[in-house]
Amino acid sequence: MPNSKKKLLQGNEACVEGALYAGCDFFGGYPITPSTEIAEILSVRLPQRGGKFIQMEDEIASLGAVIGAALAGRKALTATSGPGFSLKQECLGYACIAEVPCVIINVMRGGPSTGYPTGPSQSDIMQAKWGTHGDHPAVALTPASVQEILTETVRAFNLSEKYRTPVIVLYDEIIGHMREPITIPEPGELEVINRAKPECAKEDYLPYDENYLVAPLAPFGEGYRYHVTGLNHKADGFPVNDSEIIRENNERIMRKIDENIEDIEKNEEVFLDDAEIGIFTVGSTARSARFAVNALRKEGIKAGLLRPLTIWPFPDKAVKKMADQVKFIVVPELNLGQMIGEVQRVGNGACEVLGINRVDGESIHPTQIIDLIKKHK
Amino acid sequence: MAVPAAKQRLSVPFDYDKYLRPGKLPHIWCPGCGHGIVLKSLLRAIDKIGWEKDNLCMVSGIGCSSRTTGYVDCNTVHSLHGRAFAFATGIKFSKPELNTIVISGDGDAMAIGGNHFIHLCRRNIDITVLVYSNAIYGMTGGQYSPTTPAGSYATTSRYGNIEPPFDPCEMAKAAGATFVARSTAYHTKELEKILLQALEHKGTSVVDIIDSCPIYYGRMNKFKSASHMMNGLEKDGTITVAQAAKLTPEEIGGRQLRGILHQAERPEYCENYDNIIVKQATATKGA
Ligand code: SF4
Repeated sequence: MPNSKKKLLQGNEACVEGALYAGCDFFGGYPITPSTEIAEILSVRLPQRGGKFIQMEDEIASLGAVIGAALAGRKALTATSGPGFSLKQECLGYACIAEVPCVIINVMRGGPSTGYPTGPSQSDIMQAKWGTHGDHPAVALTPASVQEILTETVRAFNLSEKYRTPVIVLYDEIIGHMREPITIPEPGELEVINRAKPECAKEDYLPYDENYLVAPLAPFGEGYRYHVTGLNHKADGFPVNDSEIIRENNERIMRKIDENIEDIEKNEEVFLDDAEIGIFTVGSTARSARFAVNALRKEGIKAGLLRPLTIWPFPDKAVKKMADQVKFIVVPELNLGQMIGEVQRVGNGACEVLGINRVDGESIHPTQIIDLIKKHK
Repeated sequence: MAVPAAKQRLSVPFDYDKYLRPGKLPHIWCPGCGHGIVLKSLLRAIDKIGWEKDNLCMVSGIGCSSRTTGYVDCNTVHSLHGRAFAFATGIKFSKPELNTIVISGDGDAMAIGGNHFIHLCRRNIDITVLVYSNAIYGMTGGQYSPTTPAGSYATTSRYGNIEPPFDPCEMAKAAGATFVARSTAYHTKELEKILLQALEHKGTSVVDIIDSCPIYYGRMNKFKSASHMMNGLEKDGTITVAQAAKLTPEEIGGRQLRGILHQAERPEYCENYDNIIVKQATATKGA
């Protein structure tokens, strides 16, 4: 059938396609607007291919079950939104320190608290980084289209499997619920990474072997009997009180991300080469920004867009380069100023940084960006 | 004279080392704590049922009892406070062939993990849950728990606990667990037998194990020693279902019942789900 792989899909539907493409075979979730479609569709699709779907009793249990499933060898997913994401922070920290690969989709809605469930927001940018207590590695991806939700969900699984760490996909309700024509990739078209499995003798297996930055992870039930804990632990997974090992444990989980930033980072640049005015934003807001850049260019105003698809770890290098180049940077975001702080930190006074913020459940319109830039240039 | 075969068997000490991780002892539990005794009964029950260590998974939460998982040589997870039930559900559901046991305490199972506990029971997923019930938060230094009897003392109930306790067995039964039993750390042989039945049971089995924390609960409630406490709470404070059947409620008094308190047959969660998978796979093929 010609064009059988072209589909008109909603963002959350594309997320499911991405997850299944990546080999997701477990979903544990809890209903929450505006992410529920992901659970609903996976409850139908997973059993068709032998996968497992479970609706847990709450948000905490959802990620708990996902971690359990991942330890049993599955590629596991959960999906949520603001309030649920808050509840998941406890298990998220566990997945970080115990180095359990899993993917968390957060379709961002207005907050704080129950806030505005059906309205778009980008209010969890900082929660994705700092939500769980303690220093921990944060990897969060920010797709801006339905097609990208698919590809970035695949990338989220890949990064999580490769680095044995939870990966968050953040997108706002606008792209979660909008419909766009997309192409479902053929098998083999996109890279799919599976976690490394141990090759050593079973009795020699160390789940946190210091000889690796990311040690292979054995699935439960295959003869590698080991211990997993949320306490600081040594190479064999057992808790320790030795300050040297505690430091190494805490630093290594950061290092595996820090030392691989180039692999994890992904940015799109629009007319940035000769830009005199920079825009930095993600998700639906980046769509307005792209429109604004094109409109401004038509008027001879040299605006450019830096759009990270990986918001955490933060694209320091790209932002620094932009800050050194442009007169000022505009950071439109659907919150009262979260990413802007990071842009200011990296820019460190190299240029002025201006925010455009909205928390009224409406999207940022291109004219808001255009007007501010024209006024300020 | 030849020793009769039965006697010979009795004289061979049980090889606990077979199930314990080398180099992980001594355990962290205080002298007089019941947790080690419970673990021994559990290991004997596991041996009797003959489960391979490779296919055995133990998941615990947080607390003194939850440290058990570190000592047992199998697939072990020391999870989060109260969340062992959720982690274990994910593991068991992913790999039903893994024999899965949850080790928790009264704070873990009845307070912070209460919601997960009841839903695990409701699903009737084939997991055995051990609740080490010592009516106190030992790890944090002796605060009252949801099973602390009213009137008892703890570091957060200095004027006497005004809250009524939960009965984990009633809770498990009401929530849908299909095997519910109680024993104590004092009744080691009985506990072993009950645990074996719990392990053998298909579906959610819950065993509430009355256990002593002499260090906190004992000291705060004027028990002179660990043995005094065991005798008072576990031996004299309980009565078997069979014994109780012959007595009036007045005669039973405040004693807790030991033995199998509830048993039912209901479809098991993973098997139920597997039926969907088979049906769906056939339906998709046919389409
Ligand atoms: S504090 Fe109590 S429960 Fe904990 S190990 Fe000591 S005696 Fe046992």
